[in-house]
Parts: sequence; C-alpha cells; structure tokens
Amino acid sequence: MDTAIREAILAIVTTDRERVIHSSAPVFYAEDEEQRERVALLLSKVTSGMVHDLENGCLIIVKH
Amino acid sequence: MADYGRVLVSGLVIGSAGRLLLLRADYRQYPSFPRGYVTHLVLGIIAAALGAIAVPALAEKEYTAVTFLALAAQQFREIRGMERDSLESVDKTELVPRGSDYIEDIAKTFEARNYIAMVTALSTSLVVYLSDSIAAGVLAGVAVFLGVVYSLKGEKIGDMAEVVAAKIEFEGPLLMVDGVELMNVGLAKAREMYLTRAIAVKIIPRDDNARVTLGNVGQRQALVHNAATQLGVRKDVDEPEFMPSSGRNTESGDIVMAIFSMEPDIECLIEAVKRTPVLESSKRKPLDSPAGRKAAD
Repeated sequence: MDTAIREAILAIVTTDRERVIHSSAPVFYAEDEEQRERVALLLSKVTSGMVHDLENGCLIIVKH
Repeated sequence: MADYGRVLVSGLVIGSAGRLLLLRADYRQYPSFPRGYVTHLVLGIIAAALGAIAVPALAEKEYTAVTFLALAAQQFREIRGMERDSLESVDKTELVPRGSDYIEDIAKTFEARNYIAMVTALSTSLVVYLSDSIAAGVLAGVAVFLGVVYSLKGEKIGDMAEVVAAKIEFEGPLLMVDGVELMNVGLAKAREMYLTRAIAVKIIPRDDNARVTLGNVGQRQALVHNAATQLGVRKDVDEPEFMPSSGRNTESGDIVMAIFSMEPDIECLIEAVKRTPVLESSKRKPLDSPAGRKAAD
C-alpha cells in the first residue's frame, strides 16, 4: 500500500532564524536567498513536495 | 422450425458492425490498441448475438430466452466495472490523472455501447423476421443505431461556456489567472517559467446550469487532463508546481485554468477545452427547478 504524509509541512528553509520558533518539521537555515532557493529545490526533489513561499524569509515544502 | 439463419446472421452482423464503428482510439488512446480493441470487439459480438437470438427464440415460444437478456445486462454491468478498475489502476501513473468522475463517465460509455450493439442486433433481426427482407432489416438496424448514437451524444464544454485566453500574473508567490488565485509557487525560477511559457484560459459559463456543472471538481479535473493530454505537459513527477491547475472565481462562477504545456499555443488550448465532454456525473440543471429559476433572476 502506498502511504505518504500529505498536506503537511515536511521541511522549512529560512534565512531568518527568528521566524521559526518550534517546529515539528526540520528547519534548514540558509545564508542568503540564493542558497535558500537551492536548498528548497533540493529538498523538494527528494520529497516530491512543492515549495511554497511565506514571504517572511521562509520557504516551506509541502506534499500535496 | 422456420429458417432463422438469415434473421440471426443479419442481426449479429449489423450489431457487431455497430460496435466496431463505435471503437475509436483517438487522443485518449482508450480503448488501447490492439488488445483493448479485441476485448471490446468480442464483447460487442456477444452482445449482438444475444440481441439477434432473442427474436427466433421468442418466435419459437421459448420465453425463457428473455432471461438471457437479463444475463446480458449483468455482463454489461461487469464491463463497466472492468473499465473502471483498469482505468483507476493506470490513473495512478498518469502525470495528470483523469480523476474518478471522468473514469466513471468512460466506464458508463463502454457499458452503453454494448447495449447499443444489442438493441441494433435485436431491431435488425426483428425486422428481418417480420418482413422477410434482409435489406429492410439492415435499414432498420442502421436507423436504430444512428438514432441511439445521436441521442447519446453528450454535450461539450464549448456548448455551455465561452472559452477565452486569460492572463497569468504573480502577486508575491501567488499564481493568479485573471484575478483568481491558483497556488503558491515558492521557487523564483518556477515563477519565471510560468510567466514566460505558461498559458491560461478563462471559461465563462453561459447560464446557471453551466455555472454549477463547471464548478464540479471532477469536471475540472477532466478539463485539465484533456488539455494536458492534447497539448503535452511540461512536468515530471517531482515537479508538483507545474501540475496544471484550475480555480473558480467564487463571485462569477468563472473557471480559470493554467497549464505549463509542451506546446504553448493558446488557440489549441482553447480548442482542447471547448471539446472536453461534459461529464454525466457533474451535470446539474438548477434552472429546471422552480427555486433555481427564481434564484437566477
């Protein structure tokens, strides 16, 4: 049977540590926006999830 | 016992020919060719045989033959189940799935086609039996076939809505088509690709019936699947941001759809959307009710 966690945040990539306080999903810190995009892309390829922008320096990866 | 050979064979031939005419593998590649063809052709011949044999059996006062027709109905229901199962199992591996509503619609069509073969065979053999003329029987069979096929011809999206090109823009990370939010696209590169290469349409329903029908999620999935099949979709399994999507303008009931296609030709997209069948399961007619008519004023 095919099981997957869906509609849940799988990972958070941020340039601003202050924006994520506690998280059940792993948080990846990026130095700058370019690195943040790259890490998010790599994570999305691994998880087959989609990258969403929260416009506060955080990108989240969600599998739909 | 009279010579029923002519009655039987003419019904069988015309019924089977009818089923053969309805076997078409077009852009949907369904039924698949050549194995799917064989399955459906053989089942169609069986349906025609059952229809053709009913008349001689009844003429000989073998009334139990009617139970065979009941058996046929049971068998055709199984065809619907078979189609549904097989389409559902392959839907998991589609880049853009058909969705359960579209699958149900296709399955129903396949069931109905066997009834068409049976009714055509039955009417042909009945007329051959009564008039003793094969030509008259063939004519009657063709007329019944054309009549039934014509009356079962479904509507297309183009019949109930206007389809126009729409504008793609971003509000922050939100992908918007003519003011309707579709999804949050996080990667800047993906946003840029959307802006340069994606195309979008707006589907404007002509009346309240169309508005409700188009709002159905299964109908919209069928639209997206059809567009993706015909224009090609530029995505892989690990790129969910490029999944073609549709959204509904909750104020007007308009549907918007954006697709990142292999062929970014807007005219072709409009054509593909217009030619998408209206699914039986999504069709609603609120205007046929007093309350719906009054509310529409």
